[in-house]
Amino acid sequence: MTGGVNSFQVSGYGPERAGWTRVFARDSLARRLDWPILLSAIALSLLGSLLVYSATRNRTELNQGDPYYFLVRHWLNTGIGLALMVGAIWLGHRALRTAVPLLYGVSVLLILLVLTPLGSTINGAHSWIKLPGGFSLQPSEFVKITIILGMAMLLAARVDAGDRPHPDHRTVLQALGLAVVPMLIVMLMPDLGSVMVMVVIVLGVLLASGASNRWIFGLMSAGAIGAVTVWQLGILDEYQINRFAAFANPELDPAGVGYNTNQARIAIGSGGLTGSGLFHGSQTTGQFVPEQQTDFVFTVAGEELGFVGGALIIGLLGVILWRACRIARDTTDLYGTIVAAGIVAWFAFQTFENIGMTLGIMPVTGLPLPFVSYGGSSMFAVWLAVGLLQSIRVQRPMSA
Amino acid sequence: MTNIPETGRSPRVQIRLVVIQVLVVSLLGTLGGRLWYLQIREGDQYAKEASGNHVQQVVQPAVRGSILDARGVALADNETRLVVSASRTDLLKMKDDGKAVLTKLAGVLGMTPKDVMQKVRLCDSETPQPCWNGSPYQPIPITDEATPKQALQIRERAEDFPGITAEPQALRRYPSPGKANTAQVLGYLSPVTDEEIQQAQDTSSPYLRSDMVGRSGLERQYDKQLRGKAGVTRYEVDNLGRVIGKAEDDPARPGANLVTSIDSRVQRIAEYELNEAMKAARKEHDRNTNRNYEADSGAVVVMEAKTGRVVAMASNPTYDPNAWVGGISAKDYAALTGKKSNYPLLNRAIQGQSAPGSIFKVIPTAAAINAGYSFEGPYNCSSSYSIGGQVFKNFESQNHGAISLGRALEVSCDTVFYALSHQEWKRDGGNKPKKNAHDWFYKTAHQFGLGQETGIDLPNEVTGRVPDRQWKLDYWKANKDVWCKTGKKDGSYAERIAYENCLEGNRLRAGDSVNYSIGQGDTLVTPIQMATIYAAISNGGTLYDPTVGKAVISPDGKTVTEFEPRSHGKLPMTKKTLGQIDAALEGVATRGTAAWRFGGWPQDKIPMHAKTGTAEVYGKQTTSWFATYTEDYSIVMTISQGGTGSGASGPAVRNIYNALYGVSEDGEIDKKKALLPTPQKDLPQVRTDGTINAPKVSKDPAKDRATPSPDARATAPQDGQDDPAGGQQAGTVPSPEAGNRDTRRRERRRGGGPRHGDGGTRRRARARRAGSGARRADS
Repeated sequence: MTGGVNSFQVSGYGPERAGWTRVFARDSLARRLDWPILLSAIALSLLGSLLVYSATRNRTELNQGDPYYFLVRHWLNTGIGLALMVGAIWLGHRALRTAVPLLYGVSVLLILLVLTPLGSTINGAHSWIKLPGGFSLQPSEFVKITIILGMAMLLAARVDAGDRPHPDHRTVLQALGLAVVPMLIVMLMPDLGSVMVMVVIVLGVLLASGASNRWIFGLMSAGAIGAVTVWQLGILDEYQINRFAAFANPELDPAGVGYNTNQARIAIGSGGLTGSGLFHGSQTTGQFVPEQQTDFVFTVAGEELGFVGGALIIGLLGVILWRACRIARDTTDLYGTIVAAGIVAWFAFQTFENIGMTLGIMPVTGLPLPFVSYGGSSMFAVWLAVGLLQSIRVQRPMSA
Repeated sequence: MTNIPETGRSPRVQIRLVVIQVLVVSLLGTLGGRLWYLQIREGDQYAKEASGNHVQQVVQPAVRGSILDARGVALADNETRLVVSASRTDLLKMKDDGKAVLTKLAGVLGMTPKDVMQKVRLCDSETPQPCWNGSPYQPIPITDEATPKQALQIRERAEDFPGITAEPQALRRYPSPGKANTAQVLGYLSPVTDEEIQQAQDTSSPYLRSDMVGRSGLERQYDKQLRGKAGVTRYEVDNLGRVIGKAEDDPARPGANLVTSIDSRVQRIAEYELNEAMKAARKEHDRNTNRNYEADSGAVVVMEAKTGRVVAMASNPTYDPNAWVGGISAKDYAALTGKKSNYPLLNRAIQGQSAPGSIFKVIPTAAAINAGYSFEGPYNCSSSYSIGGQVFKNFESQNHGAISLGRALEVSCDTVFYALSHQEWKRDGGNKPKKNAHDWFYKTAHQFGLGQETGIDLPNEVTGRVPDRQWKLDYWKANKDVWCKTGKKDGSYAERIAYENCLEGNRLRAGDSVNYSIGQGDTLVTPIQMATIYAAISNGGTLYDPTVGKAVISPDGKTVTEFEPRSHGKLPMTKKTLGQIDAALEGVATRGTAAWRFGGWPQDKIPMHAKTGTAEVYGKQTTSWFATYTEDYSIVMTISQGGTGSGASGPAVRNIYNALYGVSEDGEIDKKKALLPTPQKDLPQVRTDGTINAPKVSKDPAKDRATPSPDARATAPQDGQDDPAGGQQAGTVPSPEAGNRDTRRRERRRGGGPRHGDGGTRRRARARRAGSGARRADS
């Protein structure tokens, strides 16, 4: 991507020329897309489908007798995700900006719906809405996006308009209020993992928005105090505390969370450099690791593909994150920067938390590994995010 | 991306974006580092853990190989029985430690709840039998005699009997073909202990928790070969224990069959005859002690003279080896090991040792030749021999005049050997021994293999004892403190002995050498040692390692490993001397002390050689020894507190020979009746399907022969030489004399009557008729 190409793009395509022609025109959008991100995301999704297949082909109680059940659905989810990405690019993050209040309202409504009898409980968290046809929706995944978009909209509005160099305290307060409402609801589910991701997203968004340092440090110390308080007051459920403690010391709860941690670590540890070969992992075949197609999917890679496979996944996610950071830095408007930075915070923390818990350095929480874990809502959300990143990159020269 | 478009953003945002980027990179770096740590650095350990995680072993015990006799008749094999066992681990998980289940089980099995509970408790120092001596993790057998109905009840109501299984199992069986019990030779099995499992862990043949281990006899000696290898199938299992694949399949290899040189028919006859001889001895009056002979124990060995292979080996008292199968009961255990049991587990053929008496005399004979004395002599067989006022009398104070060493063997003249041994003792320096003393009489005994194991393939053989200078010194060092404390110069007999021992027990005294020369004093031998020696005299001088195992045949019969006879030395004498001794021993059987037992024996066809021995034991009745051989066999029998050699053991040995060669009472040889006129050469055939080509054995070979009772066969003695008849028994327990010890031969025996009490009045009367007078039978 040279400067020349950029100037060509600048002169050829403006945001006003929305539509299919813009998307498919030769030497234009296709050249301006961030291919490393797209290809990495596709590679992760396909690799994920193989790992999910490996983890589920023998789990007859889950796959309803069809070993390809999860494989096909993972592909389907990826396909839908790709379509969502295309839609997001087509609409553009700026166009979405106007729809943010609507999206926000809908997502908050959906997570409220989860708390009603319409929602269902999986693994202790009341986070799902069962849909007809065996599908289920996890609205908290989408809330992550709407928080990013909503906060970005508020925080960037006056800066992008050129009124102020940084968002003022009132705007920051408004933005925090916007984020706290869905976070409280998700906490009630309780889906601690998602709340943690949202906290990190909020921090990332505030950092990128240029909000005053006082906000950043204030919020961080408030978070620390809050965490200690929550711990002390016993607001958390027993299983949450167990999960928290057992990641460091599996013997605390060897039959419960410690079992997960232990088996995950054994699976990964036994992989060695190159692993036992795809579909040949004894820990995976023996179904020793619970939730292996979703939260613990990384253990399949660790056991069957070894250090090479595990490092590849981390590397591909690293490519996405690196490129997303560049997009955040390279875009001209603060709105795009904040959205990209929010996505970076989201992906980075979720990746670190998910892989970290399988490696025994983070507490066990129910968070999927982006693109790799099986799960429709998560897949749709991360692909939407990729769409937003692409859109920011494609529309970057707008202000020029 | 070098040309960052101009933006209106503040540097603050730009810096913060860089901070975010750095944070992201460090997070990912952390993950990568941790991944490397787990997979590369610690990978091996986790791989190990993983394999332990998902592999379950299923063990199929190997069927133990059979122990066969020389013709293929099974002495030990296996049978399928319904075994009801309880898993302790499962029972302990219950609230009442499984008491309810066990009580219910007792009802089904028709046992008392107490019996069942005792069976499943673990043995420790305070828990008496019955208790479980094996691994607590192994199912504990409660009964191996469940009926199919009981097993069905337990299996159909599995939910009522958690932790209880009823399954057919292969169990050891000792079928005693033709009533040949062979108990001590076969040995027995018991469950493997935790220590043994640990010890054998890294060896080539590790134990399994369910293994039974040979504890004595052949079962122990050949445990490795018989045990085979248990099959281990390693299944890969999932987290719920469901099998998802077979990781490794190591099928069970049944144990190999052990072919022994035992002939079950001869074994039965040896056991029967030994028992009959002991029963007969108990009816005999011992005039020394003025009560009947106790005949408390005895042993007989039948050996192939040219190979050292054991054809029969009987030890009495004996027991039923099946008592051990499936766990031994408290009663049986007490009966086998208690103080009142007389220790039937001992194999007295290899673990019983006593003074040999006159069957020892072949050794001083050879020693004298080696020391330079001539065989022909002549030597004075006087009625007594005195050393410094101490008188050692010949047996019954007989005087045979000047005789050769051969004749001294035939008539078992003690004084000839007293004199020779004493003379040698003096030549070696007497009470002030030379530094390089020849010690011919002791050296020769060692060369005959005494004082050391014969190397028979049975565990825990004892060595016997040659009471030489070194032993005297060692023994004195070990006991002098006690002797010097208790010894009194003018005290009781025991005190005087102790006093004397304290002073000079470290030295070989003249009396010691005299007593030793006729197999008395501190000399100890085992029956297997004497059988080996007499077999060597028969075969031209080779001391073969006695063996019971003859070959190991693989379960499919394809691999046969035959054990070749091995020798551990040669008799220390020339061919000429050997021939002279051989002739003298034939003389013993034809005109010497054993002749009266071999009346009518077809000596021209089957030359018989024999030596009798009657050893004295302080405080006990005399030990009967009888050592014999033909061209092919040597038979040695001993009966503790049984009387004289030929008197107590003679008929039994003769009957064994009769059976081997098919000799009838009147000396006719009926080859059809001969059980084993020549040793069994061919090995039995094991077919590829594991079955064994074995001949049928009659119900009781001992009863097949229409043999008259031993007494009835005590025909008139030949040459009027041999009947131990007549006269009064003079010496009771002899008065102690200086230099005498426990097993010391009593020298002072007033002439006239034989000291032994065997031979009924009828026989004595006959003897008197024959005019044999005061001839002794043996010594």
